[in-house]
Amino acid sequence: MSGAFTKSMARNIFYGGTVFFFLLFLALSFDTHSQLPKRDMRQNITPQIAEGKKLWETNDCVGCHTLMGEGAYFAPELGNVVARYGDEGVKAFIKARPKEGIPGRRSMPQFNFTDAQLDALVAFLKHVNSVNDANWPPNIQG
Amino acid sequence: MQYKSQAVAKPYFIAAIGLFVAQILFGLILGLQYVIGDFLFPHIPFNVARMVHTNALIVWLLMGFMGGAYYMIPEEAETELFSPKLALAMFWIFLVAAALTVAGYLLVPYSTLAAMTGNDILETMGREFLEQPLITKVGIVIVALAFLFNISMTVLKGKKTSISLVLLLGLWGLAVFFLFSFYNPVNVVLDKFFWWWTVHLWVEGVWELILGAFLAFVLIKTTGVDREVIEKWLYVIVTLTLITGIIGTGHHYYWIGTPEYWQWWGSIFSALEPIPFFAMTVFAFNMVNRRRREHPNKAAVLWALGTGVMAFLGAGIWGFLHTLAPVNYYTHGTQITAAHGHMAFYGAYVMVNLTIISYAMPILRGRAANSNKSQVMEMWSFWLMTIAIVFITLFLTAAGILQVWLQRASDTPLPFMVAQDKIALFYWMREWTGVVFLIGLLVYVASFFVGGREEKAA
Repeated sequence: MSGAFTKSMARNIFYGGTVFFFLLFLALSFDTHSQLPKRDMRQNITPQIAEGKKLWETNDCVGCHTLMGEGAYFAPELGNVVARYGDEGVKAFIKARPKEGIPGRRSMPQFNFTDAQLDALVAFLKHVNSVNDANWPPNIQG
Repeated sequence: MQYKSQAVAKPYFIAAIGLFVAQILFGLILGLQYVIGDFLFPHIPFNVARMVHTNALIVWLLMGFMGGAYYMIPEEAETELFSPKLALAMFWIFLVAAALTVAGYLLVPYSTLAAMTGNDILETMGREFLEQPLITKVGIVIVALAFLFNISMTVLKGKKTSISLVLLLGLWGLAVFFLFSFYNPVNVVLDKFFWWWTVHLWVEGVWELILGAFLAFVLIKTTGVDREVIEKWLYVIVTLTLITGIIGTGHHYYWIGTPEYWQWWGSIFSALEPIPFFAMTVFAFNMVNRRRREHPNKAAVLWALGTGVMAFLGAGIWGFLHTLAPVNYYTHGTQITAAHGHMAFYGAYVMVNLTIISYAMPILRGRAANSNKSQVMEMWSFWLMTIAIVFITLFLTAAGILQVWLQRASDTPLPFMVAQDKIALFYWMREWTGVVFLIGLLVYVASFFVGGREEKAA
């Protein structure tokens, strides 16, 4: 870099550029928040869905699965799993996991959920599926 | 060592390397579980091993950042550390908290751990990378604040260089953005939106300031190039980082319920994110070529050059590969993401930590550089680990392309597990390459115990 471009010029561009782009980011985030109510279906969130989200978190489901593509890549996407298998299919699958796993296969733990807990989880997953996420994933397999 | 208080960096570096070994061992468990699904099941399920793998990584990188800062700041500020005792106390608190957290992950079911540790008071657990119990998160904040206080007070009473200022900005940013890990609304879209304020604004934002400052410090010391030149470069690099990286957060807002305009903002700005990494590579090579002295620590210079190149490849090129929204529509949440994650973290943050450790550790042990024998071993470990991570990334990329093809882009998409079985060959190759990485890491650890006494004291 030539002598005409000094360190203090570089420093000023750094501070100015950072502040400008951070403010732009805040403005975009603010606009996003005003648009989200139309997309995130918050009006439908019930205590049951909240309970389902808590179960999702306290069993670290995201440690194997993805939800809207975010999480671990060891097990299937669950953002659209209720569309793939249906409410009853999802519950039956979770219930039927053998405690010791399936020899040689990736296995999901047996969590011993109650029926109410299974209902809450499915309600949460249905809620996630209802979010307007720009038509992701590309197909039903997730 | 110019200042006695720099010595507090040593336990941080040692603990960082110890956790690095743990991280890699659990990485190998995970890699094996990808192909032998029931390996260690149900004792260590995949999600538990993954928490240990990723959390050990985060903690050891933070340990390295703190150790690096404790080493650098007295030398930059030309004064002793404000409180070496506080630094040591925080080290033990951080280490014990990390050990207890890992023990918690391994010994009790995660839901029990959540109930035991006050997750009902404030629900923060169970989100990727932020799985730590509430008390651990609070502990991280306390340690970070005490650390920042210590470092900031040192700079305030001493000389304020540009490198210190950039480093402080990065470290304060790290602490501030971690606070979003305490915000977990029941609305899943908002949850995800702000989750990225910690995760993205860390690794593609403020952490890069820390990276740049470490690199600049080691280059000044090893090349003898004029500080004015190096600090000017540093400002240019961190400017490029933040003007691309902040809005670049948008590349995580394509498919999580946020408005579609993020596809434009995210694609355009994150497509520019390789530029600061490219500048970093040019910077490192330029400074080394213009060096005014031959520093005896060749290994540290190699790590510094490697950081530039591998961060550019891993974060820059492999990030660009899947960052444009139309591409990401198909690659989002596949092995492509995993491929990028592995090389980016290694190239940027693992390597910059190993750079500062490589430079500082010999001095902390009373010599300018390690013996030739020890440095040769360290350079072997550099090549073993670096080549291993390149191949791990290539195999995961191949797996990811096939996964996208079979499961996403096909007219007759296959179910997830059917596609996984078809690409198992690449997971096997990744696992064997992981073994090579572990061998490289063991050579690295061994280099600390070899031929240390040959060289004369610094």
